[in-house]
Amino acid sequence: MGERERRGAPPYGGSFVSRAQVMDVDQIRRAVKRMAHEIVERNGGLDGLVIVGLQTGGVEPAIHLVEALDTIEGVRVPLGTVDVAFHRDDIGLRPVLPEAPTDIPIELDARTVVLVDDVLFTGRTVRAALDALQDFGRPRAVQLAVMVDRGHRELPIRADYVGKNLPTARTEAVAVTMNSVDIGEMVK
Amino acid sequence: MKHLLSIDELTADDLRDVLRITPSFAEVAQRRISKVPALRGQTVALLFYEDSTRTRLSFEIAAKRLSADTLNVSVKTSSVNKGESLRDTAETIEAMGIDAVVVRHRSSGVPWQLTKWLDASVINAGDGWHQHPTQALLDCFTLQQQLGDLSGSHIVMVGDIKHSRVARSDVQALTMLGAEVTLVAPPTLLPPAIASWPVRASHDLDASLRDADAVYLLRMQSERQHEALVPDLREYTTRYGLTAARAAALEPKVPILHPGPMNRGVEIAADVPDLDQVVVVDQVRNGVAVRMAVLFLLLGSGSEQAMPDEVATAGATR
Repeated sequence: MGERERRGAPPYGGSFVSRAQVMDVDQIRRAVKRMAHEIVERNGGLDGLVIVGLQTGGVEPAIHLVEALDTIEGVRVPLGTVDVAFHRDDIGLRPVLPEAPTDIPIELDARTVVLVDDVLFTGRTVRAALDALQDFGRPRAVQLAVMVDRGHRELPIRADYVGKNLPTARTEAVAVTMNSVDIGEMVK
Repeated sequence: MKHLLSIDELTADDLRDVLRITPSFAEVAQRRISKVPALRGQTVALLFYEDSTRTRLSFEIAAKRLSADTLNVSVKTSSVNKGESLRDTAETIEAMGIDAVVVRHRSSGVPWQLTKWLDASVINAGDGWHQHPTQALLDCFTLQQQLGDLSGSHIVMVGDIKHSRVARSDVQALTMLGAEVTLVAPPTLLPPAIASWPVRASHDLDASLRDADAVYLLRMQSERQHEALVPDLREYTTRYGLTAARAAALEPKVPILHPGPMNRGVEIAADVPDLDQVVVVDQVRNGVAVRMAVLFLLLGSGSEQAMPDEVATAGATR
């Protein structure tokens, strides 16, 4: 669960308490490697590909994906980050602050963007990210890679590459680092 | 945060929060489409009772980059000319449905008065000699870009301190961030209460410049001087102006700031503004980003009326 969601999740703030580990460091490494292979296969190589991590939770996974792609194909794919704070649909309803400046190193025209986030939940963050990308050009295609898909979509959005499908209750929380994926609750 | 009226109503953490998020807003200006939907549907009224170009334009473009609508109330062409009171003008524009008022007025305290009459957020864009908080924020941001952490750095501010709301706001903000400030001016242009300010005061510019990490020049505000406070401008320039010789004696890494508009040939020699270490253009650019951050904090992110306390706290602590 990214900082964004953690702040916004009921009861707003609080800290994450793990109930069970669902992925360990080796499983995460293998999932990233598999997703990298899927990206290469699906796009027939890495031509015109850009990896964009969502601030803040998607940035680490994005870096790991770029490294995995480099290992497979020997090509360093451009890496960017996007902060969706200015494009969220809940501005004014709950605290929204930008995390870090968006950094898209190249024009996105006619490129394939792989958006990367840690957890796919309602889909609202991804919706905001799709909006934000438009300010940087018109990509040929946008694909979505997430470490965990926990369900409960509120928008017609799905992931193209998934580290792990994890059925959850709405009240549960998922915490993702590159060392461990945990399921638990937010405790005040 | 509902209003931004003065620097001393902020905590050091508030100040650092604004400076921390400002780069995110600066980035928006770099985009091919430099407009984000953050404040869509909100309206910002710009109520300027004093002449201003850069501050008004800066607020206007900041609001527009965040997709807020702007209303310009130009005093020269409005009912103020027919003798309408400040309160009536303010209540009239609020009745049209606005979310924030950016106000500049020649009298100190006007922004506070407006908060009593209006539900909208009020941003002080300069009240008399008193405060100009967004100027202080953009100056701190610009100085941080140049010097890094301002704690322990020595900022020399020279010129008409007495009539300067910029000096009052900047001194508060800079000292809050741990900077040491020396104010240099002839005795007639230092405020009478200078002893209570957390600064050193000096009448010797050359001595003060020797260990300056940054130089901040203030404008000679002849429009605020009703009495002869300096014998003549040439003498002022000789003793307190940043002449070509004084500029040449500065280390090239010492940034030179000025809030504008500059009086070339008075507080700054005619060709000094062209030096690389003059960061006036950065100040203007950063001013837009800082004002975006302020508008977003007041209207978007931290709008307290929309949120219970616990939510506001969670957001503030990130």
